[in-house]
Amino acid sequence: MPDAMTTPRLQVRHLSTTFHTDEGAVHSVAEVSFDILPGRTTALVGESGSGKSVTSLTLMRLLPRTARTTVAGSALFVDRSGQTVDLLSLPERQMRAVRGNQIAMIFQEPMTSLNPVFTIGEQIAESVRLHKGASHAEALARARQMLDLVEIPAAGQRLHEYPHQLSGGMRQRVMIALAMACDPTLLIADEPTTALDVTIQAQILELMRKLQREMGTSILFITHNLGVVAHHADEVAVMYAGRIVEAAPVRELFAAPRHPYTQGLLACLPGKQPPHRGTGPRRLYAIRGQVSSPLAPPPGCAFAPRCDRTIPRCDLAMPELLADGAGRQTRCVLTEATQEAA
Amino acid sequence: MGLLLRKLFRRRIVLLAALVLLTVVLIAMAAQWVTPYDPNDTAVLERLNAPSASHYLGTDELGRDLFSRIAFGGRYSLAIAALTAFGAILGGTLLGLVAGFFRRLDAPLMRIVDAMMSLPDILLAIALVAILGPSLLNVVLALVLVYTPRVARVVRASTLVVRELLFVEAARALGIATWRILWRHILPNLLSPILVQASFIFAYAILAEAALSFLGVGVPPEIPTWGTMVAGGQQYAHQSLGVVLYPGLAIILTALSLQVLGDGVRDLLDPRLKKSM
Repeated sequence: MPDAMTTPRLQVRHLSTTFHTDEGAVHSVAEVSFDILPGRTTALVGESGSGKSVTSLTLMRLLPRTARTTVAGSALFVDRSGQTVDLLSLPERQMRAVRGNQIAMIFQEPMTSLNPVFTIGEQIAESVRLHKGASHAEALARARQMLDLVEIPAAGQRLHEYPHQLSGGMRQRVMIALAMACDPTLLIADEPTTALDVTIQAQILELMRKLQREMGTSILFITHNLGVVAHHADEVAVMYAGRIVEAAPVRELFAAPRHPYTQGLLACLPGKQPPHRGTGPRRLYAIRGQVSSPLAPPPGCAFAPRCDRTIPRCDLAMPELLADGAGRQTRCVLTEATQEAA
Repeated sequence: MGLLLRKLFRRRIVLLAALVLLTVVLIAMAAQWVTPYDPNDTAVLERLNAPSASHYLGTDELGRDLFSRIAFGGRYSLAIAALTAFGAILGGTLLGLVAGFFRRLDAPLMRIVDAMMSLPDILLAIALVAILGPSLLNVVLALVLVYTPRVARVVRASTLVVRELLFVEAARALGIATWRILWRHILPNLLSPILVQASFIFAYAILAEAALSFLGVGVPPEIPTWGTMVAGGQQYAHQSLGVVLYPGLAIILTALSLQVLGDGVRDLLDPRLKKSM
């Protein structure tokens, strides 16, 4: 039997999500594979529209039911009893028992993620009653315990307050309490701090880290904020136009990015600017151009039209995501070339 | 409960409305004890009398005591209006919720609703009563069918807004079943438009019943309702304004009080307007 600490809690393989729109098929997520280890954090990084959120919604099977979608691949999840289930083919009834109970989700907008007509306590208690079969009183006690855990002052009083009576940061804490109330083994955090101001962001991230340490939760962290990734992730997968272009342990990725897109992203950070030359105002580096339309992707590498280091081979075919054998993966013809040469 | 009521009545106008409504309902319920005459007793010599000590509100064209008729009429008018509002809210809310939440059912349901709404209210009600036959229950049934589409429209529109809010997705992410999301998470957020509709329909139903009775397809004429009284009295209005004024006032006061009270309850239910302490 493999070691419990190295068996991934979630193993995503060749995940593809295609939306069939009136204008044609949009491959929002293509060939995405990654692992999340127990108690560790894997970050999905990418700009808006790169397929991060669609990946998480696909895993939770929460894609809008009105959309015509095709999902392929597998997402093997080791549940609490040690059984491995494929989230993508689980019957809906069993999937409902997984959602909120074993896999929980935190959303970007704490202002609208809570139901305005119920008190905080009732909302947390509902999930506990549903999944744990607790009585109303037990569930409320658990809710109160959770509010204490997420460091909300005067938890006993807050329990009976409505969402509008709390600030944004407080609401995000409540969302975390709500998500963690049933002790999920995997938490999907979709840009959990984007809507909060910077000081609150740091508090919320620290709180998530604390809970992860205490409860051993695995986290799938979805963000566009590289600074947050550097501090809070163990593994990083950078997404561009629906595909992972580079995946690596966090230190190695920041120390030596291999894909031109990752290099460009890191160069955009204010602290990472090349030495100032000339006399004009100092400008931040920006990746030129914009993401190509998902309806008309370029023939080869999706990043080629914006890349500073293109060679003719880039336009021939989509490069493979190649592993270097030391835990890093890159999808670029340049690394393909160096690995072939080696 | 006591605290809620105190909050509700903090606004004097709401308290006044509740008192008026309570008075009307009490008089209607206790009609046989508080009225000095039988509502159908005629006294030809005392027709179209002005209000006096023996006839508090005067008499109508057949010398029947107006106060007694308003009190007894209140029973029927209020019952018809309440049943209509209840039925229309029930049907309309179900239709609207389902149409708004399940997109596949939206178009077929709403086209039926549109078809019903394209007919003038009264015309549709007349047709329905004509088919069903005039009776108190059939009038209610016809009015329910007339007002259900309106409620359905409003509820559907609100459902469309609420279903897109993030907390609905968050509820799904917590593994909550669809019917429970509809019932526990979406419906309570629709309470205020539904309450507003209920108070409107209650008022409309009193008036619509009056119109139907006036046209001879309402409740049978031996049953006094406020509507039949206004309808029957209007050709004598120039001789004695009271025959239409008093039952008319009863309609207005009841409808108005109900709206104010409905407004107050809506404000009470909206947690955003609640004072935190």
